[in-house]
Amino acid sequence: MKLETFGWEVDADGIAHAVFDVPGRSMNTLTGKAVADIIAFTNEVATNEAIKGLVISSGKPSGFCAGADLGEMGQRAGGGEKKELSEAELKKQQFEQGFSLNGTLRKLETCGKPVAVALNGLALGGGLEVALACHYRVAANDNPKLQFGLPEAKIGLLPGAGGTQRLPRLVGVQAALPLILQGESFNAEKALAMGVVQELAASSETVAKAKAWVKANPKAKAPWDEKGFKVPGGVPHKSPGAGQVATMANMMVASKTYGNYPAQKNILSCIYEGIQVPIDAGLRIETRYFINTQQRPEAKAMIRSLFLSMQELSKGANRPAGHPKTEFRKIAVIGAGLMGAGIAYVQAKAGIPTVLVDVSKENAEKGKDYSRRLVEKDVSRGKSTKEKGDALLELITTTDNYDDVKGADLVVEAVFENEELKAKITQMAEAVLDENAVFGSNTSTLPITGLAKASKRPENFIGIHFFSPVERMGLVEIISGKETSEATLAKAVDYVLAIRKTPIAVNDSRGFYTSRCFGTYTREGMEMLAEGIKPAIIENVGRQCGMPMGALEVTDSVGIDTALKVTRATAEAMGADVQGDERTQFLAWLVEDQGRVGRKAGKGFYDYNEKGKPERLWPDINKMIEVKVDECSPELKKELTSRFLVRQAIEVARCFDEGVITDARDADIGSILAWGFAPFTGGCCSYVDLFWGIKGFVAEADRLAAKYGDRFAPPALLRDMAAKGEGFYDRFPPAGTKAAAAA
Amino acid sequence: MTEAYIYDAVRTPRGKGKSSGSLHEITSLSLATQVLQAIRDRNDLDTSKVDDVVLGCVSPVGEQGADIARVAVLNADYAETTAGVQVDRFCASGLEACNMAASKVMTGEADMAIGGGVESMSRVPMGASGGAWSTDPQVAIKSYFTPQGIGADTIATKYGFSRDDVDAFAVESQKRAARAWAEGRFAKSIIPVKDQMGGIRLDHDEHMRPDADMQSLAALQPSFAGMGAMGFDEIIKQRYPEVEKINHVHHAGNSSGIVDGASAVLFGSKEMGERLGLKPRARVRAMASIGSEPGIMLTGPTYVSQKVLKKAGMNPEDIDLYELNEAFASVVLLMMQNLNIPHDKMNVNGGAIAMGHPLGATGGMLVGTVLDELERTGKETGLMTLCVGAGMGTATIIERV
Repeated sequence: MKLETFGWEVDADGIAHAVFDVPGRSMNTLTGKAVADIIAFTNEVATNEAIKGLVISSGKPSGFCAGADLGEMGQRAGGGEKKELSEAELKKQQFEQGFSLNGTLRKLETCGKPVAVALNGLALGGGLEVALACHYRVAANDNPKLQFGLPEAKIGLLPGAGGTQRLPRLVGVQAALPLILQGESFNAEKALAMGVVQELAASSETVAKAKAWVKANPKAKAPWDEKGFKVPGGVPHKSPGAGQVATMANMMVASKTYGNYPAQKNILSCIYEGIQVPIDAGLRIETRYFINTQQRPEAKAMIRSLFLSMQELSKGANRPAGHPKTEFRKIAVIGAGLMGAGIAYVQAKAGIPTVLVDVSKENAEKGKDYSRRLVEKDVSRGKSTKEKGDALLELITTTDNYDDVKGADLVVEAVFENEELKAKITQMAEAVLDENAVFGSNTSTLPITGLAKASKRPENFIGIHFFSPVERMGLVEIISGKETSEATLAKAVDYVLAIRKTPIAVNDSRGFYTSRCFGTYTREGMEMLAEGIKPAIIENVGRQCGMPMGALEVTDSVGIDTALKVTRATAEAMGADVQGDERTQFLAWLVEDQGRVGRKAGKGFYDYNEKGKPERLWPDINKMIEVKVDECSPELKKELTSRFLVRQAIEVARCFDEGVITDARDADIGSILAWGFAPFTGGCCSYVDLFWGIKGFVAEADRLAAKYGDRFAPPALLRDMAAKGEGFYDRFPPAGTKAAAAA
Repeated sequence: MTEAYIYDAVRTPRGKGKSSGSLHEITSLSLATQVLQAIRDRNDLDTSKVDDVVLGCVSPVGEQGADIARVAVLNADYAETTAGVQVDRFCASGLEACNMAASKVMTGEADMAIGGGVESMSRVPMGASGGAWSTDPQVAIKSYFTPQGIGADTIATKYGFSRDDVDAFAVESQKRAARAWAEGRFAKSIIPVKDQMGGIRLDHDEHMRPDADMQSLAALQPSFAGMGAMGFDEIIKQRYPEVEKINHVHHAGNSSGIVDGASAVLFGSKEMGERLGLKPRARVRAMASIGSEPGIMLTGPTYVSQKVLKKAGMNPEDIDLYELNEAFASVVLLMMQNLNIPHDKMNVNGGAIAMGHPLGATGGMLVGTVLDELERTGKETGLMTLCVGAGMGTATIIERV
């Protein structure tokens, strides 16, 4: 038998050996061809009497299998338009396709011959599901990179090749639930302790051990095919306590996902329904829920953004082609405040020699203290060693002397948001820099083209916008000014990749992309407050629609004084009566009369405890603004949800309209990573494309604009897109090719 | 349509619903049998004229399973021609059973029928019948499943009932129940439970705490705060985003007690009553059931009362006596607030906080309690209602004849 993705041989004892090895890939995934091969060798094992048993292993040093091919999967997700088939035919076809691997693995499991698998490296998702369908699993005990897990839920899917059925039958419902719902991976020791594998051995021994077991157990059966099999911990409605487990699992999911993640609910249902019936029925139930889940916009959105786009951007997909890759020998960070200190840390962590500059050596040292604290914490938690920590700190040189900047490939300026100061520093740095060095300004709002005027090499000048805290936030927004060259952009992307963060590339404007759009969520919250909507409603609906915090809590974090400044500046710019505006009056009252400037003061819209955690909404918020809406019906909740999310998406659309952002993928990832836009939507563009459709979105925006004002008015671009039936991913498709996908 | 008349009502005393309770060693079947026998014997009833027996039971499994109504009919030595059916509308099962029995008379399906219920919570624990609502993710998540106590606490939070408010209500319930027992106000309906030898096992409600006061209740810890913190508070806030934080005010002292007991109410047409020489005590004026929002679960009594009043062509002030099951104190406070019912018309002889709530049996007990009190005070109309699991309400209006 000749297979494309598996090696195949049968030894003298009749033991077949299938070696998983997808050509041209560093990691095995369950491509369509791999599934076809599994079907083929399963049939061979089941029907060829000369074959007495089967051992499966991997030919890749990277591990066994990383799971489904998400590139292929992403194409199918979200529901397609297959109008040539009737509803019933379509469903039948979907089931048959969805069940092919599931049914095959069941056939392998029940073929009457022993099947064992040797797992020398990672087995995730479908990879682990293939292993679970084998009767015996041997894992390597000498590979620290080995990990097992069912991570499908992280991208809006569920394990569809038996994982929701076999894992609970193996380890019990209670132990299986968190593994499947949260998708966290586990190592070989834990796998052995749980019974997910039966034996550990050295990598060089696993195949032999698997083979020995196959020879010794000619009539293998899965535990659930043995007479009298009982699910560990019991089955809901059949065993005492098992109903309680189901109830609590539902509670956990409902309270944490706010009903926004259909995969989570469907995983619960696969287990709840599947565990009550024989496994054959359970596998069919799983396939039905898998297809149900895969057809939803959440699945398509999450696969595309959270997996494929993240992977592509993290490999530099938005880097202009044709420029050599920059290796950074030395980078200077100017300004050792909170941002500069964080930037210095991530650079040193990535092994880049860093010069940290401030007005005095003492200030620069204070900035380095930030790294010292982080290193100390990592060492004390066992995440790093003393040696590694010392080496990291040694990479950071502190100084007040610009001569030390000499020879840097890149300068990251991270001083106060003050144009004059930034101009001065630009000139001081450029005085010592090479001609090719790039000057990056970490600013969150100031237009780059304006800042570049201070530069004698504006083509080398670029915005590099970090988010706070730098060491935890994965995104960096790169802003090209009018004169920034492609070569400079390429260097900036290289830099962001070098410090292991995800870059998005945008064009210049006040607030760029992220700062500008981020503010719309909190401002809509302020509008609701001004309308007399009870603060608890604003906060609860904000979180429940998928935002990480309530709008008022976000305002507290940013600072109400900052919000007041922005509101005053905006009102002034629009020629409005600043004093007479009731929103301004309200914020001024909070900040100037009540001293409630936000979290930093321990009091803002919320009262904070000494740990800086919000204790409760300040009961006197409504002394100034009368509460007119103190109940929230499901209809009102839907309306407020729409206002929150549509308002942000409209601002994103305006950014496209003005050329600030040009790639739907950058916009989506930016919206999720920068300001936490509801991740289940896949980001603002996917929210428009997949959850409304362009025409539906424009209609909704028009409705909201008529009711609440022009802030919802769709820009001309959106009307044109609606007229042509083009979504963001049609009009602004991601540049570059899709990265090879696996998970 | 035929009028449905009430000819008699009986109930057992309520035993503490645990293994140390007096009725723990009496089977559910025996409880149901004894009320059926009592209603037969007190009225010298020819049971062959009783067409059907409808009994509420909320945990119809084990010894309460497989249609305990028919089995009790057989055990009580009724005519074998008397049918029996068990119904489950959670806490309103007993009242629903009465409404079904009355409806059978009204439609002519039956000339005489018994409604009531039975629940031995000490022998067949609450929740024993399982069910899909909390366990099946598809329905649990979309309908904001939370345990009842979270709903009761949400009512208190949303409608502004403080811990003191609910505790004060509980203290009053205890006082009223103690006075009613002291004055023999329940005597007409109570039938002592007999044991296996025919001796008297229990002749009074044993769950009462007449000495409860604000101070002793203040010492009790909230029962649902832990569950709420685990995640149920976050769920109920998804349906009620106006609630910032649930104020957990309910505890064992201001919630209904877990008890064992049974009830039976005899309904019949005027003609059949006359043929059997029975004197009608009241007639059923209107009946209703409704569904309400399931997450908060316990707001049904207001809505079902409004519905049943409308059906009867009455206003809230036309009712002389209200009897609303005291599942939780906030449930009663809310209905009083919504319908502007003075406390001296509501649960005048105490309620389930003092005497307990034997789930399936309670509805039938409320009918007897109202009927006895109307007769004692010479009043005319009474409304009985209960809040119900999964968001429902059932109500009945009766008037004396």
